[in-house]
Amino acid sequence: MSRRLLHGTFASAVLALSGCAALHGPQSSAMGNGVESALIGRLFDAFLWVAVAVYLFVLAYLALAARRGRLNRQRGDGIQGEPPGGAEPGWHLGLVTFASVTALILFGLALATWFTDRAIARSAAGKAISVEVIGHQWWWEVRYHDPVAGRELRTANELVIPAGANVKVSLSSPDVIHSLWIPNLAGKQDLIPGRTSDLNLKVPRPGEFRAQCAEFCGLQHAKMALPVSVKGPADFAGWYNAGLATPPIPTGGLAFAGYSLFIGRQCASCHNIAGTPASGQVAPDLSHIASRKTIAAGALPMSTANLDRWIADPQGVKPGNQMPQVPLTDAERGAVVAYLETLK
Amino acid sequence: MSDGKASERTYLRDGPDLTGAPLHDKLLATWQDRPGFWGWAGSVDHKSIGRRYLVTAFVFLSLGGVLALLMRSQLASSNLHLLGPDRYNQIFTMHGTTMMFLFAVPVMDAMAIYLVPLMVGTRNLAFPRLNAFSWWMYVAGGSMLWIAFVLNVGPDAGWFSYVPLAGPEFSPGKRVDFWAQMVTFTEVAALAVAVSITATILKGRAPGMTLARTPLFVWAMLVVSLMVIFSMPAIALASAMLMADRMVGTQFFNSYEYGDSLLWQHMFWFFGHPEVYIIFLPATGFVSEIVQTFTGRQVFGHTAVVLSLVATGLLAFGLWVHHMFATGLPRMGYAFYTAASMAVSVPSGIQIFCWLATIWTGRPRFTLPMLWVVAFIVTFVLGGLTGVMLASVPVDLQVHDTFFVVAHFHYVLIGGAVFPLLGAITYWFPKFTGRMMNERVGRIAFWIAVPAFHLTFFPMHFLGIMGMPRRVYTYPGGMGWDTLNLVASIGAFVFAAGVVVFIGNVLWSARNGEPAGDDPWGAPGLEWATTSPPQPYNFPHQPVVLDATPLWNPERAVARGLRVEDREVVLTTVFEARPDLREPSPVPTLWPMIAAAATTVLFVSSIFAPWAVVIGSVPVAIALIAWFWPKDRSHEGEPVVD
Repeated sequence: MSRRLLHGTFASAVLALSGCAALHGPQSSAMGNGVESALIGRLFDAFLWVAVAVYLFVLAYLALAARRGRLNRQRGDGIQGEPPGGAEPGWHLGLVTFASVTALILFGLALATWFTDRAIARSAAGKAISVEVIGHQWWWEVRYHDPVAGRELRTANELVIPAGANVKVSLSSPDVIHSLWIPNLAGKQDLIPGRTSDLNLKVPRPGEFRAQCAEFCGLQHAKMALPVSVKGPADFAGWYNAGLATPPIPTGGLAFAGYSLFIGRQCASCHNIAGTPASGQVAPDLSHIASRKTIAAGALPMSTANLDRWIADPQGVKPGNQMPQVPLTDAERGAVVAYLETLK
Repeated sequence: MSDGKASERTYLRDGPDLTGAPLHDKLLATWQDRPGFWGWAGSVDHKSIGRRYLVTAFVFLSLGGVLALLMRSQLASSNLHLLGPDRYNQIFTMHGTTMMFLFAVPVMDAMAIYLVPLMVGTRNLAFPRLNAFSWWMYVAGGSMLWIAFVLNVGPDAGWFSYVPLAGPEFSPGKRVDFWAQMVTFTEVAALAVAVSITATILKGRAPGMTLARTPLFVWAMLVVSLMVIFSMPAIALASAMLMADRMVGTQFFNSYEYGDSLLWQHMFWFFGHPEVYIIFLPATGFVSEIVQTFTGRQVFGHTAVVLSLVATGLLAFGLWVHHMFATGLPRMGYAFYTAASMAVSVPSGIQIFCWLATIWTGRPRFTLPMLWVVAFIVTFVLGGLTGVMLASVPVDLQVHDTFFVVAHFHYVLIGGAVFPLLGAITYWFPKFTGRMMNERVGRIAFWIAVPAFHLTFFPMHFLGIMGMPRRVYTYPGGMGWDTLNLVASIGAFVFAAGVVVFIGNVLWSARNGEPAGDDPWGAPGLEWATTSPPQPYNFPHQPVVLDATPLWNPERAVARGLRVEDREVVLTTVFEARPDLREPSPVPTLWPMIAAAATTVLFVSSIFAPWAVVIGSVPVAIALIAWFWPKDRSHEGEPVVD
């Protein structure tokens, strides 16, 4: 009975460990794409192997104890009732040894933790690019601070950083507590109203990743994702300059009709589009919406059909979010979508 | 024992002249509850209250379990629409709140209320009326929360209610108020029980039951009760501050008005982490008792186990910040909490070492309760090891608030507390009901529940590592999470089936089980020295304890001389358990129920109008004054034992 239980546990443990190899993904902490996540991954592995060893020791001890106890029972020996005081010196020594070894192992793990912490801190030293991420219910505002005047860039629901550089992300929130977690790159950090905290990123190679809010932040906590793109330095500069450019106002056709609707209807009171009268600050900046990969903080992949669906029924796609349903005819909505798609 | 002053009237006492059936009749007349509803409602018998506490806790377990199944149905695959976000958020909040506040803590209280007086060999708890009051408060608080939930005003800010999300601006309406007030109810109930248990253990132990001879479950409950007394005030204060922020415009947690949102987290976890050990330590007590009985020997390292309980109780208060590693507090401070969080695994390790050494050197019988102990070790150790991982700040920053943590604490709470609890119920079932639980059906339940538990929660470790956050009502496809979630959902339903078989076995066996004698397992504790189920007066004569395993000692001793026509118990000294006083024990009364009703009116109406606190306190005061109305004992002699 207890033996069957032990065998079952052992088999599943082996199965589980072999499963570790398949933890890949755009949002996986086992990937180690960033300097910090790689260091944490190494530490995690150390903890994991110690845990496996300790677990196997306990299982073996349990199995042997059960076996030995059973033998005692069959033979009618073993201790019964209350053992006389101090009659088990061997076991007392065993207990002291066990406790000491446990303490030593823990001390080793604490040291490993400390060194990893130091290594992470060291990796972030030096000149850094400064990015501000502000968590809102339920989207991400992103600001790039450049010491050169006029080169401050604002965007939303996308984080683009250069490979190989130190990036210092400062985090804050005007409403509730959020947490920025890019598992492939680094550990998570909370965004707390009234405080700012920092997250340091350093990613050796370009890649596409996904971040998600990790602190429960209300109704749509589940749909608060942030696509993260790590670009080579040249690509990053290209993206940055494109982001600084004012998108051209359409001169005619469907896109112009859409532009007029955007400015004339409710849209402009919440959203900002650079170079236009639309300068609302309470909703995501749409100056280059068409270049993003997702709509509404990862709620939908970017496509013409999805833009249309989102504008037609924002409360159906992401119930409870702050975007109201603006009354537009199908044709009007088509025009707005056509305009938004020019905002590359 | 003498009769005190000579002028005093003489009382009928048990002794060589009054024993056996005549004594039984007299004691029954003194200690029995009156029949009918009012007799039940006014009962101050710890067994009656313990039983109803236990049944209530299992009702809440079932309700919380249904919520878990709803969540697992919603998460079985990506992009499901079984539940909307609003309903889902209420459900996960209710699941956590119900399981932590309305099941896990009360169920351990329930076992202690029933067992502690029997295990220490006394007739009733200290402060039995307070204990009766506590059950009414618990039922009222739990019912209020569930009624609110059914009416769609269930809390939806998580069982931890982090501000500012739970504050007035981001959670308008009454949902969070019901949560905060439910906390008030349960903390009153838990504090009342803790006080009763502490006093019973310190002063009510049978003569001769020195602290060194006190059973390990009783030790665990002493530590736990003291932990409740020290940790509950933090949450009491925090929930009162939250209510004040929400209702009367204070700004304790509003960082834009010089408040601080992290203050809530400190106060919540200063209670919330000890809470985990408040649930876990009684379970270690169950394990110690079960292992002792079924190995036929005293637990190896009795002193080491007691010291481990105490050490865990102390360390538990130094760990709360490990719930807050991602908040960006100073790194230097984190190191302390990492060390403390790791250190707390040492006493748990010592306990496991001692239990296994006991099995090794004893003559174990692998009965059903022992099987649950084995499942406990196999499961809990895994949860403990992932706990060590979570103590490491960098590792925690990755897996914090993910399904890895969900896996971790279900391993610790179900593996560490519920498995021993199910073992304990199987073990003490004959004492509770006078009948044995069906072994065959019990084994079926065991073999369904334990593997299904692992099937449910083991995959969640991987989900967490693969980036799945907690508390999401849905998730997109293409993340590699679908299969593991489906496995977990299937496991959850099978696990629930196992628990249903267990509960079915309890219900069936209570009526149809094989009759059990006083001591069906050959156990050494005092609770087995009386009938199954125990008589209302517990023991005909006051037991006297000569060693740590009294029923294994061929020599039995009792003391005589307690009054039989009045409720009277013996009080002993705290350390040596020398007879100290004869103390009258309260008779049944409806005042605790009335006081609880008045308090309930105050608490519930204060959700809707702050002035209810002032006006509602008048009936509460009246009820308490009536409850504590002084009794004239001037005609009686001083109840002193020579």
